[in-house]
Amino acid sequence: MSWLTDTLTSTLGRKVIMSLTGLFLILFLVVHLAGNLQLITDPTGEAFNVYAHTMANNPLIQVVSIGNFFFILLHIITSIMLTMKNKKARGVNYSVGGKSSTWASRNMGALGTVILIFLVVHLKGFWFKSKSGQLEMIEYGGVEYGDLYGVVNAAYSNIWYTLFYVVCMGLMAFHLSHGFQSAFQTLGLNHKKYTPIIKGVGKVFSIVIPIAFAIIPIWMFAQNA
Amino acid sequence: MNLKLKIWRQENANSKGGFEEFQMKDVSVDSSFLEMLDQLNYQLEEEGKDPIHFDHDCREGICGMCSLYINGEPHGPTQTTTCQLHMRSFKDGDTIVIEPWRATAFPVVKDLVVDRTSFDNIIQAGGYISVNTGGTTSDANEILIPKEVANEAMDAATCIGCGACVAACKNASAMLFVSAKVSHLGLLPQGKVEAKKRAENMVAQMDAEGFGACTNTGACSAQCPKEISLTNIARLNREYLSAKFTSDNN
Repeated sequence: MSWLTDTLTSTLGRKVIMSLTGLFLILFLVVHLAGNLQLITDPTGEAFNVYAHTMANNPLIQVVSIGNFFFILLHIITSIMLTMKNKKARGVNYSVGGKSSTWASRNMGALGTVILIFLVVHLKGFWFKSKSGQLEMIEYGGVEYGDLYGVVNAAYSNIWYTLFYVVCMGLMAFHLSHGFQSAFQTLGLNHKKYTPIIKGVGKVFSIVIPIAFAIIPIWMFAQNA
Repeated sequence: MNLKLKIWRQENANSKGGFEEFQMKDVSVDSSFLEMLDQLNYQLEEEGKDPIHFDHDCREGICGMCSLYINGEPHGPTQTTTCQLHMRSFKDGDTIVIEPWRATAFPVVKDLVVDRTSFDNIIQAGGYISVNTGGTTSDANEILIPKEVANEAMDAATCIGCGACVAACKNASAMLFVSAKVSHLGLLPQGKVEAKKRAENMVAQMDAEGFGACTNTGACSAQCPKEISLTNIARLNREYLSAKFTSDNN
């Protein structure tokens, strides 16, 4: 094996992959949220539909979206490989479990699995519908757009879908609370001056972003109720 | 004080182990944890039974030989080595569960004794400074080292290689141990010469021994009797990555 594959398949190399893909997905969350907030700011749905149409037809966004799917897959596959190695490294489990670390940090795999289930439901309900031409068409100023807003609005008038979304965002908050600062530590970015800032920003990020995501279905459900 | 002990018994590495319960009477609160086990072993020997095997040596908290995973914590409830743990940390009537370090890289030898040769193998892979004798030996204080750097190296050097970090980690990762050695040697001018090769080889050996990966939970540092800091793990990550991308080793 060459030095590069050697590096990337070592435990440290795999952790670096987790860290970099994680940081990319953190950035993705911000962009995704910025788009989603238009569901609230324009209750007619025009802004959101035009935005969704633009995103789906911009070649640059298409490339980034392929990258996004690839990084999500890489994040999942690498985590499975690491988890398998880690389970093997312990061998026999203790009868009394240790608690000298945060709950989130010990359960990143379980939290990630819930997020994966959420992703499947989420993509099937919105992304797949728009990609497979199942959207009704709506006209703004003589141009036809897919009515993705209508699909989202219908989904969030369902209490169970709304609850599922909100609970998943809560669990994502825990995943982020550990993942954000852990990503920097893995890259070796630990410094007396900056680590407290990274931890502080991570804490705020992991609370604010999931809440902002969760507000959307709650608000839309309230509008429809 | 009276206690109930649940102790892991295992004949050898290949046999299946299990817990055995013991009732302890009249244990002095002033005795150390290991003295309490000595007391139990006297009893067992008098009854003609096989005493409980556990590791210990200096009993002064400096050699790193004692282990024991006590009630879910390596070295028990205080942040010291097991030999420095005293019975005053427990209450009368307590049940104490004692297990060996659990890691594939630390196979059980017997009962609570585990084989930590894997740590020695990691040290042999690069945890040293080569001394080339050839008439070029210099005086100890000839190279000036800033006090801050010496302190940091010394903090890392306090690692006694007991393996509590591996025992505490949910992944049985040896990152805190390896990072302490890489930091201790790599911070000093004498050790800088071999820093890249050291980081590469020690991490490769750590992986080969079958230790897990680091999830940055911080359990290792929280349980380390020498309070080795997580900043060392960040330094190891840094040194390893920069070594991999810049060293001459293919």
